[in-house]
Amino acid sequence: MSQVTFIERDGTRRIVEVVSGESLMQAGTRAGVDGIIGECGGSCMCATCHVYLTEEDFARIDPPDAMEQDALEFTASNQRPTSRLGCQVKLSAATDGLTVTVAEA
Amino acid sequence: MQRGVVIIGAGHGGSQVGFSLRQEGYDGPIHLVSDEPDLPYHKPPLSKAYLKDVSQDVQILRAEKAYADARIELALGRKVEAIDRQARAIRFADGATLPYERLVIVTGATNRKLALPGHDLTGLHSIRTRTDAAHLREAMQTAGDIVVIGGGFIGLEAAATFAALGKRVTVIELAPSILGRAVSAVVAAHVDAEYRKLGIRVLTATGIERLEGEAGKVKAVRLSDGTTVPADLVLVGIGATPNDALARDAGLACDNGIVVDATLATADPTIFAIGDVANFPHAHAGRRVRLESVQNASDQAKHVAKTVMGKPDDYRETPWFWSDQGHMKLQMAGLSFGADRHVRTGALGEPAFSVYHYAGDRLLAVDSVNRPGDHMVARRLIAAGISPSEADLAEGPDRLKSLIGR
Repeated sequence: MSQVTFIERDGTRRIVEVVSGESLMQAGTRAGVDGIIGECGGSCMCATCHVYLTEEDFARIDPPDAMEQDALEFTASNQRPTSRLGCQVKLSAATDGLTVTVAEA
Repeated sequence: MQRGVVIIGAGHGGSQVGFSLRQEGYDGPIHLVSDEPDLPYHKPPLSKAYLKDVSQDVQILRAEKAYADARIELALGRKVEAIDRQARAIRFADGATLPYERLVIVTGATNRKLALPGHDLTGLHSIRTRTDAAHLREAMQTAGDIVVIGGGFIGLEAAATFAALGKRVTVIELAPSILGRAVSAVVAAHVDAEYRKLGIRVLTATGIERLEGEAGKVKAVRLSDGTTVPADLVLVGIGATPNDALARDAGLACDNGIVVDATLATADPTIFAIGDVANFPHAHAGRRVRLESVQNASDQAKHVAKTVMGKPDDYRETPWFWSDQGHMKLQMAGLSFGADRHVRTGALGEPAFSVYHYAGDRLLAVDSVNRPGDHMVARRLIAAGISPSEADLAEGPDRLKSLIGR
């Protein structure tokens, strides 16, 4: 069983048990993590699932593709080098222990 | 009972209103009322991921805990029968009433029904709710031949899903082209050609005489020219009509939806309408529109929260839409009403391109096929009122990005 930790904007840490194959956005909305909205349902259109990874975590998972990079650049506010859209990060045993911070609005 | 904000309808828009009100600092009671029994869920996957994979459950929009944390009272599975404007209360089918200080109507739309002989056979489906999609998913497992009536977004998304599952699929569209109301002719022609490559039969400019059945179940669709198309299952996707009856019965103006002003308020200053059901004056288009999209519902929800809080402003978000059709990602930004010039980027026959719609020199809208970067930039260009020249378009994405300061 793999886990992911969300850090909400007010600093609250939420540990979520991952259902294999779901995305970071799905895990976050399912658990009711504050600030993870996923308005477009995971189509990489709205950037309402924007999170920051640690540099280590960012490097150990598959990198964002061109579509996600464009969505981050033009839709997300407060983009950082380790920004990701939660809907594009698939969770599995390999992502166990991921810690992500909900991006600033 | 303290009066608060009552929201009727818990789709993407309705469920957002309560959260946006809290963000705006509203502290009173919030009631979210829905005739559906389930927690609000994502609609777009119902014609795609959910249909394709029987192990998939619907995706809820937010966990139940999120509503509790935000002190949003859920009244699910409760059908509203009337709005009593005098008493400022809604009345449920069971006779109970719920008073409001402000009322937000987010009742959405209902799929149009087929008005043809044979419309009452079993085996006919449509997609709007999770129940619709669940029934369709179950029925399609044993169907070999599927006919999709109507070549709009939902019908075509489902057609691509059916084809991917090995079904024999025929799409029947009365108009000369599929997606006629939604995208430009060049995009529609491209999608049409791609669908044919997938083995989907696309019959445009084709009327239907009736549905034929056997023992009460649909067996075939008989076309106006007398030929028949076999059908174990028929998906009807011929548009939707706004659920404005509650408002109309309460004496509010309705004309293809509930008529609201640019702040999304009705003529009754305590009642608002947003999303698929709202007919509003669009800032850029310079006309009234009613838009059926997740973006419109969500952004209007955020906007109406401000209006309800006594900070009225004109709604002016740039509309955007998307439709994932098999291997094609269609993305539309802006509204192309009144466009007189259409510029395509990318060579003919290429699987990825965009079409820029202009009225004179003013950019109105951009349709993209597998060009998500173009779409994202287009949203920013249109919102900022920046109109690239044909020379800018020819120079490519970097030039367009530079126009919005990137």
